[in-house]
Order: sequence, then C-alpha cells, then structure tokens
Amino acid sequence: MNTPDLAKLIFGRLTLEAIPYHEPILLGTFAMVAIGGIALLGLITKAKLWGYLWKEWFTSIDHKKIGIMYMVLGIVMLLRGFADALMMRAQQALAFNGNPGFLPPHHYDQVFTAHGVIMIFFVAMPLVTGLMNYVVPLQIGARDVAFPFLNNFSFWMTVSGALLVMASLFVGEFARTGWLAYPPLSGLAQSPDVGVDYYIWSLQVAGVGTTLSGINLVATIVKMRAPGMSMMKMPVFTWTSLCTNVLIVAAFPVLTACLVLLSLDRYAGTNFFTNDFGGNAMMYVNLIWIWGHPEVYILVLPVFGVFSEIVSTFSRKRLFGYASMVYATVVITVLSYLVWLHHFFTMGSGASVNSFFGITTMIISIPTGAKIFNWLFTMYRGRIKFEVPMLWTIGFMVTFVIGGMTGVMLAVPPADFLLHNSLFLIAHFHNVIIGGVVFGIFAAINYWFPKAFGYKLDAFWGKCSFWFWLVGFYVAFMPLYVLGFMGVTRRMNHFEDPSLQIWFQIAAVGAGLIALGIGSFIIQLYVSWKRRDELRDVSGDPWHGRTLEWATSSPPPDYNFAFTPVVHDSDAWWQMKEHKAERRTEGYLPIHMPKNTGAGIIIAGFAFVFGFAMIWHMWILAGLSFVALLVTAIGHTFNYKRDYYIPAEEVARTETARTEELANHV
Amino acid sequence: MSDMHATSATGAGQKLQFWMKEDHHPANGTLLGFWIYLMSDCLIFACLFATYGVLGRSYAGGPSGADLFELPLVAINTTMLLLSSITYGFAVLEMQKNRKGTMMAWLVVTGLFGAAFLGIELYEFAHLIHEGAGPQRSAFLSSFFTLVGTHGLHVTFGIVWLITLLFQVGKHGLTAANKRRIMCLSMFWHFLDVVWIGVFTFVYLMGVLP
Amino acid sequence: MILPRFSWRWGQHIEDRVPDNPRTWDNVSYGPQKRIGVPFCVPTIASIMRMSMKMLRGLLIPALALLLSGCDAVLISPAGDIARQQRDLIAISVVLMLIIIIPVIVMILLFAWKYRESNKAAHAEYDPEWSHSTVLELIVWSAPLMIIIALGAITWTSTHKLDPYRPLDRIAPSQPIAEGTKPLVVEVVALDWKWLFLYPEQGIATVNEMAAPVDRPIEFHITASTVMNAFFVPSLAGMIYAMPGMETKLHAVMNKTGDFEGISANYSGAGFSDMRFRFHSLSDGDFNAWVAKVRAGGGELGRDDYLKLEQPSEREPVHYYGSVSQGLYDRILNRCVESNRMCQNEMMALDKQGGQGIVGTYNVTSPDASTLSRLGLSEAEKRYVGALCVSRTTDGVAVSPAGRPL
Repeated sequence: MNTPDLAKLIFGRLTLEAIPYHEPILLGTFAMVAIGGIALLGLITKAKLWGYLWKEWFTSIDHKKIGIMYMVLGIVMLLRGFADALMMRAQQALAFNGNPGFLPPHHYDQVFTAHGVIMIFFVAMPLVTGLMNYVVPLQIGARDVAFPFLNNFSFWMTVSGALLVMASLFVGEFARTGWLAYPPLSGLAQSPDVGVDYYIWSLQVAGVGTTLSGINLVATIVKMRAPGMSMMKMPVFTWTSLCTNVLIVAAFPVLTACLVLLSLDRYAGTNFFTNDFGGNAMMYVNLIWIWGHPEVYILVLPVFGVFSEIVSTFSRKRLFGYASMVYATVVITVLSYLVWLHHFFTMGSGASVNSFFGITTMIISIPTGAKIFNWLFTMYRGRIKFEVPMLWTIGFMVTFVIGGMTGVMLAVPPADFLLHNSLFLIAHFHNVIIGGVVFGIFAAINYWFPKAFGYKLDAFWGKCSFWFWLVGFYVAFMPLYVLGFMGVTRRMNHFEDPSLQIWFQIAAVGAGLIALGIGSFIIQLYVSWKRRDELRDVSGDPWHGRTLEWATSSPPPDYNFAFTPVVHDSDAWWQMKEHKAERRTEGYLPIHMPKNTGAGIIIAGFAFVFGFAMIWHMWILAGLSFVALLVTAIGHTFNYKRDYYIPAEEVARTETARTEELANHV
Repeated sequence: MSDMHATSATGAGQKLQFWMKEDHHPANGTLLGFWIYLMSDCLIFACLFATYGVLGRSYAGGPSGADLFELPLVAINTTMLLLSSITYGFAVLEMQKNRKGTMMAWLVVTGLFGAAFLGIELYEFAHLIHEGAGPQRSAFLSSFFTLVGTHGLHVTFGIVWLITLLFQVGKHGLTAANKRRIMCLSMFWHFLDVVWIGVFTFVYLMGVLP
Repeated sequence: MILPRFSWRWGQHIEDRVPDNPRTWDNVSYGPQKRIGVPFCVPTIASIMRMSMKMLRGLLIPALALLLSGCDAVLISPAGDIARQQRDLIAISVVLMLIIIIPVIVMILLFAWKYRESNKAAHAEYDPEWSHSTVLELIVWSAPLMIIIALGAITWTSTHKLDPYRPLDRIAPSQPIAEGTKPLVVEVVALDWKWLFLYPEQGIATVNEMAAPVDRPIEFHITASTVMNAFFVPSLAGMIYAMPGMETKLHAVMNKTGDFEGISANYSGAGFSDMRFRFHSLSDGDFNAWVAKVRAGGGELGRDDYLKLEQPSEREPVHYYGSVSQGLYDRILNRCVESNRMCQNEMMALDKQGGQGIVGTYNVTSPDASTLSRLGLSEAEKRYVGALCVSRTTDGVAVSPAGRPL
C-alpha cells in the first residue's frame, strides 16, 4: 500500500486544506477561542481545579449540578449563536448597491445555518433541559432523577454534539443548507462536502442525549413525586415539564429516523430523498416537521411553566385557573402533532389539506390564549413585586401576544402564500422564541439563581439586561416585519433595492442593543458574584415562594430534603408556611444516594470521536471509537455498586448547621 | 406511608403532617423508563414503516418485492425469531423460580435462535446485493434494506446484551438488579418480535401480492 | 360569504397631504397622534406620556414617516387580483385578532400597574386565595374560540377560493373573465440559479425575464431542475414551490401594466440571492411586440442547449430563444432531457405494473461520453435509469416508444 492510500485510510478526506487558515475571520475567531481556551485551561491547572471539576462536576450525577452545567453550556453557545446573528445583521445592513458585504455566500450560508442549529439545539434545548433538570426533582420533593447516571450521560452527549458544531468552524465547514437541511440541497449531489455531515452527526449525537433525558424526566415525574402529590397537585412547571418531556420522547425519534435516512443517502448511496430512482424529498420535509413543530412546543412549554410560577409568586397569589392551565398544556401537547404541514402550505398541497392544517394551527391559539388570560387574572387582585423575573414576565406577555398574532396570520394559508419564507416569518418566530423562550429563560435564571447559589442576582444589571433585550428585540425585529411586507425573502446575501437598506440598518442597531443585553447579563453574573455576601439569602426562600424547591436550603444539600415532604396542596410550600409547619430537626436517617461515575463523559467522548471520524470518512477511527464506546458502556453495566448511604450523622450535621444559620438570620 | 393515611383528611383545625418521619423509597422507575424508551424506539420503526409505505412501490423500473422475496426463507426466519421469543419466555419462567442454571440455558438457546435469524437475514441481503438489487437501486430497495436492516441491527444489539447478561448472571446470580435487567431485555426482545411481525406482514407478505 | 374589503391606501393619502417642509409635517402629524392617544391612556400613564412626549416626538416622527413608506410595500399595494385578495385576508385576520389582542395588552399593563405593591390603594382588593371563577374561565376559553371559529370559517373558504391550482373566475372584483378567454400558459423551470420560462402557445422561451398581457389570466406550470426553489412575483400572487420531478401550478392575473420583480423565495444554494427576474406586465399590443422581439432575438432551445443551460451559473443575463424543442418542458419535468434516460412518468407507469422485474435491475446508465463531449461537460458520476428503447426513424431521428422525436 502506498502512502497516499495510507493517509486516506487514516485521515479519510481530512487534509490540511480543511483548516481554513486562509480565512481571516475564521483565523481570528480561532485565535480568540484558542487563546481564551488555553487561558482558561491554564487558570484551571494553576488553581489545581481539575480534580475538583472532575470529581464534583464532570462525573457528578447530582441533578442540580448537571442542571447548572446544562445552563453553562447553553449560555456559552448563546455567545457563539449570537455572534452569528451579529454577522448576519451586519452583512445584510452592508450588502447594498453592489457592495458584496464582508461575507461571501459560501460563508454567509454557513453562518445562517449554524445560527439556527446552534440557537435551537445547543442554546434553547440545553437551557430548558438544564432548568427542568434543576427544578423538577426539587419541586416534586425527590432526591434526584429516576436515572442519575443517564442524566450525566445525556448531558455529555449534548456537549459532544455542541463540540462537533464548534469543530466545524476550524476543521472543514458547516452545512450551507438552512437549519433544517432540506434535500435535494442537502443531498450528496448538491452538498458533497462535510458541512451536512457535521450537521447530521452533531444532531444525532446530541439527539441521543435529549431523548434519554426526556425518558429520564418522564419517569422521574411519574414515579418519584413526594407522597400526597397527585397529578393535579403538581406545580405547573412540573406539569409543563412532563408534557415537554413526553413531547421529546415522542418527537426526537422522528428526527433521528429522518437524519438516519438522510445520512444513508449520503453515505450508502440510497435513494430516499434523491431526485432519481424513485426518491421523494417531500418525505424528508414531512418527517422533519413532524419533529420540528413539536420541538417548538418543547422549547416554549417549560417557559410557560416558568412564567406560571413567577406570576403567582410575585403577585403573592395563587395561580388563577390551575386546572385550566393544566388542560391547556395537555391540549397544546396533543395539538402540536397536528399542525406540521403549516410549515409548507406553499408546496402544493390541496386546499382542503391546507385549510385543515391552518385551522388546527389556529386552534392551538385557544389554549395559549387561555394561558395568557390566566396569568392576567393571577395578577388581578394581587400585590405585584416588580423584581427582575417579573419584569421579564410582563415583557414576555406583551411581546408574546404580538408574536402569537403574527403566527395566526401565517396560519391562514392564502396569507402564508405571501408571507412564507419572508422576513415577516423570521420576525414572527423570533418574536415567539425571543419573546417567549429567551425571556422565559432569563426570568428563570433570575428566579432560581438564589436557589442554586445562595445569593440573589444583582437587580440593577438584571434590569439593564431586561431593558436592552426588550428594546433591542423590538428595534431588531419590527423592521423585519416591515421588510416582509416589502416582499423580502429570508437568507439573502445581498440586495438590489436601496430603499430597503434603512430597515436593515435599524435591525442591526437592534442587534447591537441585544448585544448590550447579553453583556449586561454577563456583568450581572460577575457583579452578583462580587457582591455575593450582600446578596446572600439564608432563608432558602428569597421570593416568598410557593413550591417545594423553596422549602430547602439554598443551595440545597446533595440529598435535597432531609425528610421527604408530604404534599396536600398544589402550592405545597405556601401551604406549609400558612400552617406554620415546623422544620423537623431530629430523627435523621441515613439517606440512600447514587454514586458519581466517569462513564458518562467517557462514552460521550467516544461518541464525539466517532462522529468526527464518520464526518471525515476515517473508517478505521470510526470503527475503533465505536467499539470503544460499546465496550465502555458494557463495562459500566458490570459496575453494581452505584449507590451509597449518607450517614445520619452527616445529615444531622448539615441540617443543624442550617438550623443555626436560620436562627442567626432571623 | 402509614402516617400519610393518618393525615390525609384535611379537616379544618386538624394539624397536617408535612414531613415524612420514616425513609421514603420512591418506586423503581427502571421498567417504566425502559418501556418509554421502547416506545420511542417504536417511533423510529414507525417512521421507517411510513417511509416504506410511501416509497415501497417506487421500483424505479427495477425489481419489485414479488420478484425478489423468497417467502419460504422468510418463513424460516420468522420461525426462528418467534421461537426465540418463546424460549426467552421460558427463561423468564425459570428466573421467577430462581433456577439460575436452566434460566441461563434458555437464554443461550434464545441467543442461538437470534443468531440463526441474523444469519438468514444476512444471507438474504447478500443474495439481493449479489443480484444487483442493493439499497442503491431504487427507493423501494432503500426503504426495504433500511427497515429490515434496522430491525436486524436491534437484534444484533439484543444478542450482545444477552451475552453480557449471561456473564453478569453467572457472576452475581439472580439478584434484584439482574432480574430487572432480564425483564428489560425480555421486553426488548418481545418488542423486536412484534416489530418483525409487522415487517413480515407489511413488507414480505404484502410485497409479494400482485 | 361577503368579505369586507379594506383599503390600505390611507397611508398614501396622508403622504400626499404632507407638505415638503418638515416643520409643518411635524404639525400635521401631531394632531391625530394626540387624538389617538387620549382614549387609550389611563390618567397615570397619560401624565408620564405627556412628559416624554417631547422626547418621543423627535423619534416618532421619522419613524412614522418610515412606516408610511412601508405602507407602499409591495404586499400591501400589489398589482394583481390574487395578491390583493391575499392581502385583504391578512388585513381581516389582523383586525379579527386585534379585537382580543388590544384588550389583552391593555389589561396586562393596566393590571401590572394597578396591582403593584407600592399602590396602597389596591391593597384592599388583595386576595391571595382568589384563583377560580367559572364565568371568567368560560370567557377565557370562549373568547379566543369565537375569534378562531370566525377565522377558521374565513380560512376554509378563502383557502379553497384562492387555491393556486384553481382556475380564476374573475380578473378583478366585478370584472368576470370574458367568454372564451384562454389563460396564457407559462411553464417555469427553476434552474441553478436562474429562471427559465417557456411559452408553449407562442413557442418561445426566455431566461430571467418574463412578460404577460395585463388582465389576462396566467396559468403557471412550475418545476425545477435540481433543488427546491419558490416562484414568487410578490405583486402578482403568493409563492409556490418549484421542485424537481414535481409540478406545481399557479393561476394569477396582473391588473396593472408595469415592470415588476420576481424572485426565488426559497434558499437554494450559493447563487440564490441573484436568482431574480423581471416580470413585464404589458398591454396586448406590447406583449405581441415582446413576443416578436423574443422570436427574433434567439435561436432554438434544444435539448442539448437545455443541458448546458442547466449547469449552475450565477447572475445569468436575460436571454431569448425563438423556438423550443418539442416536448422539452415535459422532459424537464420528467427528468429525461438526456436521450438515454427513462422519463419519470414512464417509470411510474412501469412501477404501477410492478416494475421491470429482475431484468430491470441493471438498467442503470450514465450520460454517454459522446454526449458529454458534445456538450463540453465533464460530469463525474451522474447515474439514472436508462430509457427502455430508442429507435430511429428512417431519417435517423431517435424516437421514444411513444413515437415522439427525442
């Protein structure tokens, strides 16, 4: 065998050419990431933190730590996804009158694809998953999730997927197909390079994690609720989490199957979505939206729960219409499977099919509207404290109804014929995703941060962040609504009509304001950490909360609750306070807990290598890493000693310390 | 749980109990979790079936199922898998009687039937590819190979798992954890059997119909 | 059902009245603003608004001017009857939803303001356990339900009425189609990255430019060569996808003469942004002159020419073909422009009969070397199902089994 063949055998199609050292923007980015990364690694090494990180975080199966790691991942990836957004806004604001802008199509097309993929899969998903992971077991009075190891593994699979997307920046390139990679454009004939393969493998690897975490949380909520917590006494956030995870379990396999078929087309030469040999690209479009529409609700349902918690907490009032809130959530869950075709009314379905899907889409706005009203009437006759989470909530309610309205406009098929694929559509879904999901995440971070870290977040920078985001959102996306009416299509690299430019410039200013909003949030984190002693909350219940997570200390001990709470009401902790329930301070028992394990991160690491090898056709490495993955997984099943007991004395020590702290505080 | 009952009546003035005195052991969620996993896996098969339903008659001017499928071979294959499900059932019965040795023997028999099934399937695939009717020839063949191949892949993993379990039972005996695992694999195995009945009917039987 | 017609022209009327001097413009717009402002504002909010009004005015007025220019937007004042009806539908749905959206937004702000903790006056109303009211919940569910029932009914009727596959029944409101008017058929092919238009009636073809007589119904047959695009002339009618191996249809009519823009409204790869064309809406006489110009301006679009044209190119200039090889569009649609390739309609007919059996297995071929060299193409690996049989007539012209020349 001669050398070139050997190189091909080992490196597949990876050559030095794949490193974009001739692209100044990418080189600059790489330099920044490399310097930042090395600095971070250096700092960790210098502070001798590796052991701590490995033992206390990376291998941790504590749902609280995994939740926090998910949030960190989401925020880091938000920076990447938002950098893409800034580049797009800048490109579109510049590329007029023959000016090609600074991003040629080859790059620009990767940027908008990566922006969509990253924001949905590696920002929004980790953030809502992290939130559910952290809060749900606490809200239901459990000590951990049903499958703690699986939880750790799911997280690291998501990280591996995110790493694959990031790798595409510096080795090879990302897909140039749009975030859903419709064939035939994403097929081998039209996209022969590695971009779509990065797309496929990053989503597949992360998708395993997402599906498993969905299974995990469903089992947790169904099986591990505190005694007395019947389904109709679950906190609303737990309810929306249950529905979300049911959606995850029922939707992500469709994505997996759909991407498997696409990868077979690309790797094995099959003809599912090709133009010839009987393939049918419409199959892909249908399958991906059967996953894609529920995905929207996977993102938004948890934040509906977040807002429900926040509105009632800060209005100091029971949530209005608990039962109708629950039914609305369940109705949305079911209906989300009956609307997927509204994403392609313009692909020539018959009028009856189109109107069926148009009307089902509109029907979803009924339970959603009911939810808005319920929040409204929760505020009614309340005593509203305008803390930062509540500001986000008010901002959400106003913004989201506007997004809902434009959504229903798009649901009328003949109207959609004009507005489909236009910047109006872009404005609409950012209106609901930023106005809904992002505002909800920030509300949730401000709300639950004191629970996770024991001190509140700085309110001044929190308000700065809120106002920059809110105003920035309107300045960035209202122009896009107008541009939609001007017949401007999405994903354009440059424009001819100079009268459009002013709108793009306004939108770019809006993106700048949002950047300030993100900046304020990061400053908020830093300032709060600096002022942590002033902002300290000893009570464990800084907002006068209503649900069980506020019944334990902040941050909660590893075991969450020394004694399992008994629930009599949907607002269990509120009721305890009303009844002046005493904290139990004696009779501690040893607590049964799961043990940390490194298997999750190792298996996910092999999955990353496997994905990378498959992308570059390094068949030997792919085979080896797959075998390694399998062997590690099997090896892990031979470990039968996965749990331990926290001795009663240790529990007593922890709890006594807290008793003293509470006494000193009051 | 006893004090739960004692305090569940929420009468006015009655003092509610808010913290459990004794240890609380939530029900084990493994079987439920595994069942949910199976349902999600079932959805993958549902997608593949749907794909086959849409593309299964797109022969691209090539051969159809009626031209390619050899029903007697598939019938033998189906028998293998059905038998393996029955023998797995015997293994579970033995497990319930705590008879480790016979249980393991039945598991071995199950694995052998599974391997026979795989062998016949691989022979069929090789034969088709040899005839030029590989997955690239038409959308029908693509969806056929993918649906049947995905099922075969599941059986392969089932066998790997089965072997792993044999070692684990051999080493640790019929502990609660191992019994739970045997039950999970049992669900998995029977699930594959049910899927195969769908494949047999929908792909092979209906495929050879004119 | 009679749908109300909304006029979106008010923006233009105001603009007409606006004097050139920006100072006076300032005065003109302040009046209505004040009048609109009052009924919506509760006293407390009004006082804040008064304070910031001066500040806002500096921002609002240019913003308003910009918005008015937005009212000129093509989707709001289109030139085609279909686009106009679609626009009306947007207006109707907005108005219907505003019935509920405006009160909701007002209530959100009102409740948030009124029940704030620092408002001691509202503390008397505070009721921490008030969380259920059957009447309110009925309203909460039925109010959106009513709106959706109305909107759903409109959706059902309008979706059927404006189905792009449905032949037109009018040219404009109260202007029925004259007896015996046949629609102008235009066959549209989205190529990488340009548009090909074939006029079967006129026997001509054009690239990146099309024309149609004003007030004559047009029937578009739309397909694509490799990837998905969407055919969209915003002023004429809503978009419809152009997809390889599939045909979509669009019926529309243009009611004004003029020069309009057409685009691809679905991202299709590197050259997508320049995939635009001009749509000339012409009087009958001008249209005939245009057809004559096209006829005079170019040679034949044969199958070889198409195969060359099909190759990816960006910013393709307008060009004309005086004649078109017979049945070319059908061959494009059925993906058998190459002479040794089986047409998809034939393939589907064969598949319906159960395929071609084992013998058909090996009927896979590629463009032959002579064709490739004739076209100057070097396509590495393009494989497709082979044509069943190619016979030649006595004078050497290849014909398909159906007897059509290839």
